Amino acid sequence: MLYREAGDYKTSYSKDNQTFPIKFDRVAYYLLLVVAFCVVPFFINGYWANAVLVPFLIYVIAALGLNILIGYCGQLSLGTGGFMAVGAYSAYKLMTSFPDVSIIIHILIAGVITALVGMLFGLPSLRIKGFYLAVATLASQFFLIWLFNRVPWFYNYSASGTINAPERTVFGVNVTGPNVEAWAQYMFCLVFVVTCAWLVRNLTRGTLGRSWMAIRDMDIAAEIIGVNPLKAKLSAFGLSSFFIGIAGALLFTVYLGAVEGGEAFGISKSFLVLFMVIIGGLGSILGSFLGAAFMVLMPVLLKNILVGNMAWPTDVAAHFEFVIVGALIVAFLIFEPHGLAQLWRLAKEKLRLWPFPH
Amino acid sequence: MKLKLVTMAVAAVMAAAPVMADLVFPALSYRTGPYAANGIPFADGYADYFTLLNERDGGIGGEMTKLMECETGYSTEKGVECYEATKASSPLVYQPLSTGITYQLIPKMTADGIPMHSMGYGRTSAKNGEVFRNIFNYPANYWDGASGAVNHVLDVEGGDIKGKKITLVYHNSAYGKEPIRTLEELSKKHGFDLTLIPVDHPGQEQKSQWLQIRREKPDYVFMWGWGVMNSVAIQEAANIKFPMDHFIGIWWSGSENDVLPAGAGADGYKSLTFHGVGSDYPIYDDIQKYVVDAGKAAGAGNQIGTVLYNRGLYAAMLAAEAVKTAQGIHGTAAINAAQMRDGMEALEITEEKMAAAGFPNYGPAFKVSCQAHGGNGFVGVAQWDATAGKWNSISDYAQSDQEVIGALVAEDSAAYAAENNITPGCN
Repeated sequence: MLYREAGDYKTSYSKDNQTFPIKFDRVAYYLLLVVAFCVVPFFINGYWANAVLVPFLIYVIAALGLNILIGYCGQLSLGTGGFMAVGAYSAYKLMTSFPDVSIIIHILIAGVITALVGMLFGLPSLRIKGFYLAVATLASQFFLIWLFNRVPWFYNYSASGTINAPERTVFGVNVTGPNVEAWAQYMFCLVFVVTCAWLVRNLTRGTLGRSWMAIRDMDIAAEIIGVNPLKAKLSAFGLSSFFIGIAGALLFTVYLGAVEGGEAFGISKSFLVLFMVIIGGLGSILGSFLGAAFMVLMPVLLKNILVGNMAWPTDVAAHFEFVIVGALIVAFLIFEPHGLAQLWRLAKEKLRLWPFPH
Repeated sequence: MKLKLVTMAVAAVMAAAPVMADLVFPALSYRTGPYAANGIPFADGYADYFTLLNERDGGIGGEMTKLMECETGYSTEKGVECYEATKASSPLVYQPLSTGITYQLIPKMTADGIPMHSMGYGRTSAKNGEVFRNIFNYPANYWDGASGAVNHVLDVEGGDIKGKKITLVYHNSAYGKEPIRTLEELSKKHGFDLTLIPVDHPGQEQKSQWLQIRREKPDYVFMWGWGVMNSVAIQEAANIKFPMDHFIGIWWSGSENDVLPAGAGADGYKSLTFHGVGSDYPIYDDIQKYVVDAGKAAGAGNQIGTVLYNRGLYAAMLAAEAVKTAQGIHGTAAINAAQMRDGMEALEITEEKMAAAGFPNYGPAFKVSCQAHGGNGFVGVAQWDATAGKWNSISDYAQSDQEVIGALVAEDSAAYAAENNITPGCN
């Protein structure tokens, strides 16, 4: 009834190929952007920014990055935490070495550095696949964290080995450091998220994205029809790491402010982002958003309900969070192995026919 | 789905909006995760003392106290969330019991004007109150601990430790790395050889580290460990027959949880401390009467009398004394965070005050001032008696090497001030 394509005629190829071909989707998308950019900043407070929205936005970028690699190119990676650490430490080194350069440029360069490191660790993917590749990337996770803990140059020889984000501004407004306003933090991350999501969407439906998907679906067949596996796999590793590096840099500079390599970017971070991608939906942009929302918001929501509303002891609530989130993950994987994005797709199919299903 | 989640979250947060008034003490505790065994007793002690004050005295100065517990699981990200969640209910002082979270919160809390008390952990150079206006780490810090351990070795060896080999086994994190600077300075001063052996989180596997120790045969081993790392290290030391009375842990490596798994092998293990051990204090009668018997004990109520429970009590006692001081300075019972800060900065703990609170001879007497947010650095040593199953205090509280530590504190805090554009001063 409301949600339909009947009467929504396309007269050109570009219109037919747009991201949201159905008018209702398009309107909802623009409306969401307007709310995110023009309404939320006026109502956001420190709690909403720091506990909910900023981590959500940052993890969306990480999930988008990992989705390129796993969802689109089919290369299993467990090195996300390590690559995020590369982004964070590069951002730190750049910020402290070139204090006059804008932080936006630093974060982008941190992404580029991570992309190079990612491509380096992606080299084995030309020879090995599946579980073996997962183990090779797992090694990169441990190696990178060990490196950042071991070599004092990375943390500017500070006694404790932690890195601290100095205060930086964009257009005269603080975006890092202790005196940052909630809306500034949020807007800064939002701009990065929207840009990254737009980039990933357009990358994945172009030549490059198609070559990744060809490799994912059957690498030998892809090679026979002329897809260069070296180029496809390394570009997937590079671009994926680029976004993961940006996420790591933002996590350190905007969100946490002070970071210990092993604690903030340990193996648990790799799994967290992997869960986001799997629960959200492999090979789906929307899935990255939904997966990140699920993994970031669910524990906070449960905590507020169990401790805040029902006054449970904090430890019981914390244990139940694990139980509930874990049960939900298992349930999702059983009932909808293609993730939340697939649920949304099915819901849309149903909505199109509603209220007259055949 | 997302929209629904967000709406539900809004509803949950709105309904959870806290009631104002009372003296609010947030407790960023960890009763879950790999460090829970150490987090639980501290959290219980901290909570029980405030319960006791409410039950026995009707709060502090007539104002009831309110504890807001928030579970961090020792994770810095959750620590940030907890801080933001509790910040709105005008808390007086934070005690995160995690060096990582402390580092995270130092700049934020300075900006928000809320004091933090990192008792025996956190950033050591916060001792310089001219730079770290809101951060307190009395009565002792890691560098006092490092110096205290070296002083103890000096005592045992009769004052000369030139050429002795000392190995530091440390948790490979901000926490474990803290004492290295001081130990390096002290090794220059006293002429001992220092070897550093890191153990990665969580520290369940230490075979290679202890193999290295067995090969190098150091005269003394110091340990900066936390959680499961402690008990594993003590077990490994017992396995290689390392003399236990030459094995000295920081105060975070000296609880019952750490020594009990090694059984008789842990006998003689030493640990630094800055407060009393055991439950032989008048305060415990009151806790039994007003808290335990009333069924109001925090957690499972089975931690009472352990080392870390004692530390939680002590932390809460110091906070309560600071509140009293602040109430005296500002002439109001319902103090706010800024007034609490003044109270902490003017805090003076004397024998009389400790005895009045039910803690006679519990910790060193000390005085906080703007220049010294870390007290005077008095450290004692306790030894584990495996047959009796208890810790015994084996030395008086002695002052650490203030000459070496003072210089390091000045250097590190000056670096922090320069990095963050802080003009040191007492106003």
